[in-house]
Amino acid sequence: MICNIEVIKILDRIGDKIIEEKDFLTELDRPIGDNDHGINMAKGFTEVKKVFETWEENETTENQELGSVFKTVGMTLVSKVGGSSGPLYGTAFMKMGMLLGGKKEMSFPEFLAAFQAGVEGVGQRGRSTTEEKTMLDAMVPALNAMKEAYEADKDVKAAFTAGVKAAEAGVEHTKDLIATKGRASYVGERGIGHQDPGATSFTMMLQTAEKYL
Amino acid sequence: MKKIINGVDQVENEMILGMVKAYPQYLRKLDCGNVVVRASKKEGKVALISGGGSGHEPAHGGYVGEGMLDAAVAGAVFTSPTPDQILEGIKAVATDQGVLMVIKNYTGDVMNFEMAGEMAEMEGISVKQVVVNDDVAVKDSLYTVGRRGVAGTVFVHKIAGAKAETGASLDEVQAAAQKVIDNVRTMGMAITPCTVPASGKPGFELSDDEMEVGIGIHGEPGTHREPLKQADEIVDMLLEKILADIDYSGSEVAVMINGSGATPLMELFIINNHVADVLASKGIKVYKTYAGNYMTSIEMAGFSISLLRLDDELKELLDAKADTPAFKE
Repeated sequence: MICNIEVIKILDRIGDKIIEEKDFLTELDRPIGDNDHGINMAKGFTEVKKVFETWEENETTENQELGSVFKTVGMTLVSKVGGSSGPLYGTAFMKMGMLLGGKKEMSFPEFLAAFQAGVEGVGQRGRSTTEEKTMLDAMVPALNAMKEAYEADKDVKAAFTAGVKAAEAGVEHTKDLIATKGRASYVGERGIGHQDPGATSFTMMLQTAEKYL
Repeated sequence: MKKIINGVDQVENEMILGMVKAYPQYLRKLDCGNVVVRASKKEGKVALISGGGSGHEPAHGGYVGEGMLDAAVAGAVFTSPTPDQILEGIKAVATDQGVLMVIKNYTGDVMNFEMAGEMAEMEGISVKQVVVNDDVAVKDSLYTVGRRGVAGTVFVHKIAGAKAETGASLDEVQAAAQKVIDNVRTMGMAITPCTVPASGKPGFELSDDEMEVGIGIHGEPGTHREPLKQADEIVDMLLEKILADIDYSGSEVAVMINGSGATPLMELFIINNHVADVLASKGIKVYKTYAGNYMTSIEMAGFSISLLRLDDELKELLDAKADTPAFKE
């Protein structure tokens, strides 16, 4: 079980990581996108961190239901990140929130179910699937690896480690892909050799979660 | 970058404020963001909302008014507005008859509008959408996310707007909008690029004797680049692509010669002179022609040709009254 306070702490650390990697993510977006992924994601997570700070100041952090935590993160990203990453990450977090609802703590299987809903939400929102050089190329393998690893050992930390490995491999794999969705599809074959910024930012989130779990 | 602005981060907001101050009899700006709605809300009809990135003026705020849109949402230059802004627009104009969203086919626009539509549905507003994809250049270009929505969108505003004014149901208004989308095709070109204020650099470069054929309304690459030709030859090239895409033979059409922002009317009329002749020679009857800056790309010099194949219903709706800052009928 993981409680709301810990979840918020990890999400806050994810925000730090994204803000820290702002320039790197933006640089990845330059050859195959519109050169703003890191800037926009950092803008979104800066606002997310502000919300957490407000909860802290009002001493309401421990009252937050997981559903509303994830929905708040999702809504903030949707309204502040913009472009395509905003609605995609926003949808992922909001779908997770919808599944978690009024819970103040969750088990790992509950997290996995929510994560699966989030990943499916990204696919629906972007009308996309794997092998299209998008964040799904890291998300889907990570989800599958986490499920398998947990099935085998019932060890949460090991499942996260397996998820991170799969996501990292997914990011590497995006270098070989020709984008068929989003702005990177505009450059077609010229995008080969470049890793997908969305898959990268997602992998950073998972790495951060694993590190602070 | 040489522009008459006060600061790159004030461009969108000051543009909207200035537009509303110019046309207070038509427009009102919502306090929550760059959303313009009709000065007085019209009840008893389906509400139409559109929008997208700024930089296409007079689209879309200029088409808010009787017989066309009820709300227009403006994002940053060439960037989709966010769902919360679109939702505010929907809520401000929603009626019991529902809301139709007119979306141009870009990944960001579609996702942001769809999210807003879903949020509005959760609040009990019935929302439907159409996605405009009239650009015939895209099929053969590098793009794979589908055809882009360009100047033909203005015909969708006009005809769906007129249909909505008749008191038609949401399904009927959506069907009218879709009929326009199914029957309108556009292709454009440019001779000079445009500069997004926040970036400060032109989106692409063209030498003095070159043109980009099949360009999008954000200066995205088109089908190819080649030496600049005379107006008639350019028209022949664009029309060939349009006429090959759907069968216009024997039909009546509405023509839009759309300027990209820096193209003088003089040139647009030179273009139309040949468009009219070519269509006549092919037995395509021009029912009505619009020449001007309807869907611009900031200060890009270039133009697009749109042909809308008409039937009796579309003709009647095209002729219906429209009274907006940028389009009157």
